[in-house]
Amino acid sequence: MTTVNNNHYDVIVIGGGITGAGTARDCAMRGLKVLLVERHDFSTGATGRNHGLMHSGARYAVTDHESAKECIQENMILRKIARHCVEETDGLFITLPEDDLNFQATFVQKCTEAGISAEIIDPKQAIIMEPSVNPELIGAVKVPDASIDPFRLTMANVLDAQLHGAEVLVYHEVVDVIIEQDRMVGVKLRNNHNGEELDVYATVTVNAAGIWGALIAQMAGVKINMFPAKGSLLIFGHRVNNMVINRCRKPANADILVPDDAVCVIGTTSVRIPIEECDDMRVTPEEVEELLAEGMKLAPSLGSTRILRGYAGVRPLVASDDDPSGRSISRGIVTLDHEKRDGLAGFITITGGKMMTYRLMAEEVTDLVCQKLNISKNCDTATTPLPGSEPKEETKRFSFSQKAAEGRHGTLDKEIESGDAASDALVCECEGVSVGEVRYAVTKLHVHNLINLRRRTRVGMGTCQGELCACRAAGVMCSDDKSAQKAINDLNGFVNERWKGMQPVAWGDNLAEAQLTATIYQGLLGVDKLANERRIEYYEI
Amino acid sequence: MATETQTQNVSVNNFEQCLKCSICTVYCPVSAVTPEYPGPKQAGPDAERYRMKNKAFFDDALKMCLNCKRCEVACPNDVHIGDIIQAARIKYNTHRPKLRDMMLANTDFVGTMASPFAAIANPILKLKPMKAVLHGVMAIDKHRTFPDYSSRKFESWFKKNAAALQDKFNKHVSYFHGCYVNYNYPQLGVDFVNVMNAVGYGVHLLEKEKCCGVALIANGMPKQAKRQGEVNMTSMRKAIAQGHQVLTTSSTCTFTMRDEYDHLLGIDNHDVRDSISLATRFLYQLIEKGEIKLAFREDFKKRVAYHSACHMERMGWVPYSTRLLRMIPGIDFVMLESQCCGISGTYGFKKENYERSQAIGKGLFDQIKEVNPDCVATDCETCKWQIEMSTGTPVMNPISIIAEALDVEKTRELNKQ
Repeated sequence: MTTVNNNHYDVIVIGGGITGAGTARDCAMRGLKVLLVERHDFSTGATGRNHGLMHSGARYAVTDHESAKECIQENMILRKIARHCVEETDGLFITLPEDDLNFQATFVQKCTEAGISAEIIDPKQAIIMEPSVNPELIGAVKVPDASIDPFRLTMANVLDAQLHGAEVLVYHEVVDVIIEQDRMVGVKLRNNHNGEELDVYATVTVNAAGIWGALIAQMAGVKINMFPAKGSLLIFGHRVNNMVINRCRKPANADILVPDDAVCVIGTTSVRIPIEECDDMRVTPEEVEELLAEGMKLAPSLGSTRILRGYAGVRPLVASDDDPSGRSISRGIVTLDHEKRDGLAGFITITGGKMMTYRLMAEEVTDLVCQKLNISKNCDTATTPLPGSEPKEETKRFSFSQKAAEGRHGTLDKEIESGDAASDALVCECEGVSVGEVRYAVTKLHVHNLINLRRRTRVGMGTCQGELCACRAAGVMCSDDKSAQKAINDLNGFVNERWKGMQPVAWGDNLAEAQLTATIYQGLLGVDKLANERRIEYYEI
Repeated sequence: MATETQTQNVSVNNFEQCLKCSICTVYCPVSAVTPEYPGPKQAGPDAERYRMKNKAFFDDALKMCLNCKRCEVACPNDVHIGDIIQAARIKYNTHRPKLRDMMLANTDFVGTMASPFAAIANPILKLKPMKAVLHGVMAIDKHRTFPDYSSRKFESWFKKNAAALQDKFNKHVSYFHGCYVNYNYPQLGVDFVNVMNAVGYGVHLLEKEKCCGVALIANGMPKQAKRQGEVNMTSMRKAIAQGHQVLTTSSTCTFTMRDEYDHLLGIDNHDVRDSISLATRFLYQLIEKGEIKLAFREDFKKRVAYHSACHMERMGWVPYSTRLLRMIPGIDFVMLESQCCGISGTYGFKKENYERSQAIGKGLFDQIKEVNPDCVATDCETCKWQIEMSTGTPVMNPISIIAEALDVEKTRELNKQ
């Protein structure tokens, strides 16, 4: 873990989601002394709980021209700077018999106005391009949607921030803010592993904590009107589609199907929830039913495909400042200069927006930070590739796990030991994660437990949901940090976390898989009896 | 509605039904000797998910698969693991077959070419310099000897000596003899005809017979295999229309035509499949029903060790052959533990596979040496070559053993109507 040497910074960024990571990168690249703090692991909030869709902007074209324009601009930028996090799948907007085909013309026109290439495709051609699509479609439009891995994207931003001198503290939670007169001068952190507290100071503090940013603001005596909206999604065992499939109509529930890595994801629902529920969201049976029923309209084969798990994220919707009732919601990027807005200097909140536009959000807030610090330096994040996305070297990858690792880490895969039987042995067979890759993640990518490891490498994200790989991974991590009891507790927590996501869809083969997992870990290994710490960390789940 | 469809979860080759229990990997003969092979579970259902994402995830290690299907026998959830791997090789492999592979695969063509020159070809193929050339230039391992080519094809023998006699029987079967019987070992076909005639069945050849195609599939020539398969299916349909069962004396040809045609080549064989049977199975079932009887020579004495060929295991037909053999009073029958012999058709002939092939079979060879039988019985011809080369023990097809032990006159009497 990074040690905090000198605890005064130019800027402290609160929140290890994509916005915080992107902001830390931008600030560090402009030469600022940066500290990034995150209460749990990177991308545990909204960042890690969405579709993994790299919007073309087409979804917003009709309803929100501004968002659509931002999306397509950032879409084109991310293809270049985050090559290894993006799969250029393209997307279809399909019209079904129950939809109004007249909407298509408006849709295409609005897309074109926003700079999004939208090409009308003959339905028969659409079926050839994407064989899983509902064959009853009466219209299709091709747009430059793509698939993006938010875990990788966040990690790449963090790594680049570090390369530019930023310091990073994970499992450090802001428990209070330090205010002197009318200026925020720092924050009080609690180490969530050992409970120790420490104060850190900065000229500017950026609140990039997503929905939880409302709570940070509250500590500073500032009110931000946020409306947490839960969105649930289902993950299928394998890809049925290789292009993103959307419905060509006004945005509604469960109308996007995205191919992500070896799986595909249908979502989302949308339900307002109280902020207290944001740390423990559950997918309800009604949501599963709706997602499946609507999903089958996009791709009928979803009906007979194994569902791996359900999960839910929360959209950080913000009330527009100019609406005193708080009902009007801003979908765009919201940068709040609390010095101007509330008379509290040294404190800025960046919120709203989308994962898609994180870089733009980071640029906006960093511009403001620089202005406060009287620094004039241009933003380079749109043109500088992220670590791993530098131009490809011509290397020949042979084995399955080498190819999979290159997909996950891009050019950084050269840091993964391979070539000997011990390093090449597979930890996770479903996702092709080798011992070498686990070791690399543990030493270089801020991995403290199995759940962190999963976000960095996909260990346990495959069909078996940890049935075989979890204990192997715990073994590798254990031999590295010499703590068997910690590894057992970790293993117990991990298996329970996997079960939480399987539970809403526990039937058929998925249930059989879960039973086999339970038999191995409870019956055979007795992990639940060996674990001496059963604190369920909901935020990790 | 949605949850109802979820109860009928089916996937191609049942790949989604895999519960990752890894029992298949435990039973995989390749995994047991080659740590570099990812094992059937990983190479099959696991990696299939990634191949669906991008065909670049095809791993050359899949070529190490023997297609023995022991993984499928072991699977408790009916996942067609071997089919997934073979289908991936057909679909994603970008390398074109080498000359060697084409030669090994075209058993039909090479047999036709070699038979007339058997007297010259057989000794030449055994010469050390020739083997060195094959090893060096063709990458056919120098330890291997091609099975002898017969100077007279089975088909020629049949037309000259047997065909005219078959119509006098009341009951009839068709015979798919396969390349091995036709070009290398006509005696097995002769034995088959003798046994069938003794129990009152006339034997007929198919109107047109092509190599079943197993070697073509294994060597990356599925299109040719499919063409040949269609010819066989057409001929068999005609035979079946006359009320014939189609019998074989090769477990692998049988398995290929019954299961691989449909699973790997997309040949619709549903109306033919149940009429294709192995001769031992056909005989055993008739004996069970009381429709035929066998009488054996009293002076026949032989210690026979039975080897379960992989595709016999996959079909679940081992008991037919073994129970039939056990009916012979003079047999001292030993059941060998079921293990792959390692040859897997043309696989073991390739230089790059030789060592692995022998390592896989070692357990079986050791067993045979310990049992020390007069002969090994097995239903597969390539197992025969491998076991004979590796142990020196002669190997016979159960039908040949039956033919040798049979009291033909008595059997004819018993089955007279």
